[in-house]
Amino acid sequence: MNKAGERLYNGIVKENPTFVLMLGMCPTLAVTTSAMNGLGMGLTTMAVLALSNLFISLLRKVIPARVRIPAFIVIIASFVTIVQLLLEAYLPQLNKSLGVYIPLIVVNCIILGRAEAYAYSNPPIPSLFDGIGMGLGFSFALTCIGAVRELLGTGKVFGCSVMPDSFVPIRIFGQAPGAFFVLAMLVALQNLIKEKRKKAGKSYEKIGSGCSEDCMNCSDKGCSRRFYDADAGDSRKEEKPAEEKTEQEKSADLEILNLEKEEK
Amino acid sequence: MENVKELLVILISSSLVSNVVLSQFLGLCPFLGVSKKVKTAGGMGVAVIFVITLASAVAGFINQYVLIRFQVQYLDTIVFILVIAALVQFVEMFLRKTMPALYEALGVYLPLITTNCAVLGVAINNEQAEYGILTGVVNGFATAVGFTVAIVILAGIREKIEYNDVPKAFRGMPIVLLTAGLMAIAFVGFSGLL
Repeated sequence: MNKAGERLYNGIVKENPTFVLMLGMCPTLAVTTSAMNGLGMGLTTMAVLALSNLFISLLRKVIPARVRIPAFIVIIASFVTIVQLLLEAYLPQLNKSLGVYIPLIVVNCIILGRAEAYAYSNPPIPSLFDGIGMGLGFSFALTCIGAVRELLGTGKVFGCSVMPDSFVPIRIFGQAPGAFFVLAMLVALQNLIKEKRKKAGKSYEKIGSGCSEDCMNCSDKGCSRRFYDADAGDSRKEEKPAEEKTEQEKSADLEILNLEKEEK
Repeated sequence: MENVKELLVILISSSLVSNVVLSQFLGLCPFLGVSKKVKTAGGMGVAVIFVITLASAVAGFINQYVLIRFQVQYLDTIVFILVIAALVQFVEMFLRKTMPALYEALGVYLPLITTNCAVLGVAINNEQAEYGILTGVVNGFATAVGFTVAIVILAGIREKIEYNDVPKAFRGMPIVLLTAGLMAIAFVGFSGLL
């Protein structure tokens, strides 16, 4: 289980999706109005991430490389739907406050990025823990940002007053512009740390985010480009061209896909 | 008349008051990624208007005549994302064959739009608000116009920032995010419109 522990550490600290890789910025900014919302969104994303990583890893020998991105999206969208229905049934309050951002987990680049960078080329158990680690890292980041915004915006954390009475809440941090400001400070801090590390002679290369770049540079070589160019930056060597598949294998593909659909 | 008034309200509220990027945080990646120059930002904006309007029409149609008719609304997320992905790819092929000039102008931006959460967001918003097809299309168009306005303004500001002496740690993304935050404050002012 050493491998699993390493994946968890990797996701939470070394390759933290928000603080280090800068992935999944839309939900990060949108739902972090309070610590509770951030935590809820983080855990929801974690559930989807872990399950989709596990399944993509299980199906990695079956999914042909050329159509892998659409296949990933179908798998991810299925799990998002399941999670959304569960939330609607058991946690309607959270579902209401997260609203449209729950279905939008489908297009969160963390999930597609991990599927592409890790799950598609690694065995199921490490992939599952990679998903959990990344999800925990994301939850941690979202909770932190949410807590800062809640503290400055209302003087509370998780709904409990922590500031002295003399503190005047800075309302703007609870609203849309505050999200941009908090994130700007965060990235500036990251730049500062990077600069210091560079001076100390440490290399600070970005590590496989699947998207190969962060969200901000998505335009050049992000996952969106891969949707079209299935060959661009294929992380796994193609064992055989998809056309050479025998009829038998094809039916096996269908069977597994059907099974998977039934399961949900 | 009542209907026209309702559409006008949607047009203004979706494009300015609850701006898709600055108050809903959808489509943030292209907003930050493709806003270095006004020209490319404009191209991206036009492509987004084109795709979102088309996608909200198709998604509205499918919602009305397939999902609701067969009572499988719970499949909305899966269906919408696949339809949007297929639609963008189809539009790209169609433009390349029939309108090379337009393809030349928009082509590079089209793939970026597939995973743009604004497109899926609009489709889901339309569904949740129970808009009809026409209302949905107007909402989609207005949302996309809001996106275009925001990205072109940001690109204009970024071109000027190039000449400024920005503190070292704030170079690159942080200063852009701060700019976006200030723009968001400005757009909050529109909430008095309705």
